[in-house]
Amino acid sequence: MTITRSEELTITTKELLMCLHKMAEVLEANREYLTSLDAAIGDADHGINMDRGFKAVLAKLPSVEDKDAGTILKTVGVALVSTVGGAGGPLYGTAFMQAGMAVAGKYELEPQDVLAALDAALKGVVMRGKADLGDKTMVDALTPAVNALRRALENGSGLTEALEQAAAAAEQGMKDTIPMLAKKGRASYLGERSIGHQDPGATSSYLLIRVMADVARELQTQQEP
Amino acid sequence: MKKLINHPANVVKEELEGIALAYPGLVKVHFEPNFIYRADAPIPGKVAVISGGGSGHEPMHGGFVGVGMLDAACPGEVFTSPTPDQMLEAAKMVHGGAGVLYIVKNYTGDVMNFEMAADMARAEGIRVLNILIDDDVAVKDSLYTAGRRGTGTTVLAEKICGAAAERGYDLKRVADLCRRVNINGRSMGMALTPCTVPMAGKPTFELAEDEMEVGIGIHGEPGRERMKLKTADEITEMLALAIIEDPPYRRTVREWDEEKAEWVEVELEDPPFRPGDPVLAFVNSMGGTPDIELPIVYRKLHEICTKKGLKIVRNLIGRYITSLEMQGVSITLLRMDDEMIDLWDAPVKTPGLRWGM
Repeated sequence: MTITRSEELTITTKELLMCLHKMAEVLEANREYLTSLDAAIGDADHGINMDRGFKAVLAKLPSVEDKDAGTILKTVGVALVSTVGGAGGPLYGTAFMQAGMAVAGKYELEPQDVLAALDAALKGVVMRGKADLGDKTMVDALTPAVNALRRALENGSGLTEALEQAAAAAEQGMKDTIPMLAKKGRASYLGERSIGHQDPGATSSYLLIRVMADVARELQTQQEP
Repeated sequence: MKKLINHPANVVKEELEGIALAYPGLVKVHFEPNFIYRADAPIPGKVAVISGGGSGHEPMHGGFVGVGMLDAACPGEVFTSPTPDQMLEAAKMVHGGAGVLYIVKNYTGDVMNFEMAADMARAEGIRVLNILIDDDVAVKDSLYTAGRRGTGTTVLAEKICGAAAERGYDLKRVADLCRRVNINGRSMGMALTPCTVPMAGKPTFELAEDEMEVGIGIHGEPGRERMKLKTADEITEMLALAIIEDPPYRRTVREWDEEKAEWVEVELEDPPFRPGDPVLAFVNSMGGTPDIELPIVYRKLHEICTKKGLKIVRNLIGRYITSLEMQGVSITLLRMDDEMIDLWDAPVKTPGLRWGM
């Protein structure tokens, strides 16, 4: 990591890899939690699938650890598409592949690159899943997160603070799915009965953005005297 | 959880190993990526019919691979859509130069994975069309949901389209036929008990001793409505009338347009049943309901169809599209025409469905 000014954090590929490892850890720790959320309104496999997918990601990472961030993220996406299955596979797979394309060739990510990657990830999810805001999906956590990140950076916040705001917005977006009526995915078949349950996809999206914020804060703390 | 397994993570793999050993002349199994395919594939000049979906619905889809039905089936994890690499490799293995039809049940994950697979296969020069099956009348609207789920009609479409491909129909004709089977088929199911996904270890929902779940899909997901347990006749009547009295169902689905070379939204409408319609009546066990109970359902279904003026010209009764060990039943009615009847009667030889050869 390099601190060019006191608040300007950039992310190296080594730190990106660390972040991906941490994502795998968090998904493993939340396997039962995500699966139980999915059991309430879906088919009880989201935690299992995400854990399996990120374990496959970990197995692939050594082969690209000296590559650029774009290649790393695209590799993550391909691994997820071919192992997660369900709707999560194409959606998260597309998200990571699109994020990878947004930062192709870069070995160090500036705050604007992180925003570009997350924005591309969100657009990929919307394109693949055709979900709108308020349909009770991943989009309900990712959209406010990307908006918060953009706003914070525009207002001059550093990456750590901006990601913290993104994670807070994702958490709120995740909680906001509780009263929503599901209109996409398997939960939509429950009709009114989907109301009152938190969306598992929005939850896993929040968890991943939370990891990004935590990793950034950890890096910042390490660098401060 | 009590199951005849060795380890929850190995269920699908060990099932496939067993299938490979059990039907060596009929099917072969490819591992990593996983798919079951016809032992005599590829068959030059024949359209390859491929399906797939989460495991846990056996014998569908793997049990329907063989002569006169599927060329390949891609099993995902239990109740989880398979992945595009499986569908792509299966297509490359079995296509005989006349194109590939992917028969896809309408679930968000399956649809997205099969669309990605079709794009990838086309990039490798293989002609592919995807046709969706969305026949579950328990889902009323398509505006506020992901649309009707693919259930019992899938089995019938795989049989009829498999026979058509065997006869030498070209890709467009097999795809058109598949769409026609889909819009003429309607299903609805119910559960007496939930089921347990091996990796989850506990039932996907809970039902009291005197309760049942009506309008379920096939993934152990809760249904549309929970109610007090009723008799077989009452349950059959509830399902049958929901199917027979279902109004025209309109929705848009995404299909590949070969001329424009892009995905397009296609409007489809299922015509309602009318007195005089010849139908295939399909009574299916969700897995745990024993054979002794299915004729009880069929008996009442026959009575209702007769009363409504529907003429049952063919039937299928048994365990064909299941949700693991769930007790329950689904009913499918498919409006038949002469061509469909002829293809239904054509010889078929698969582990799960066999007649005429």
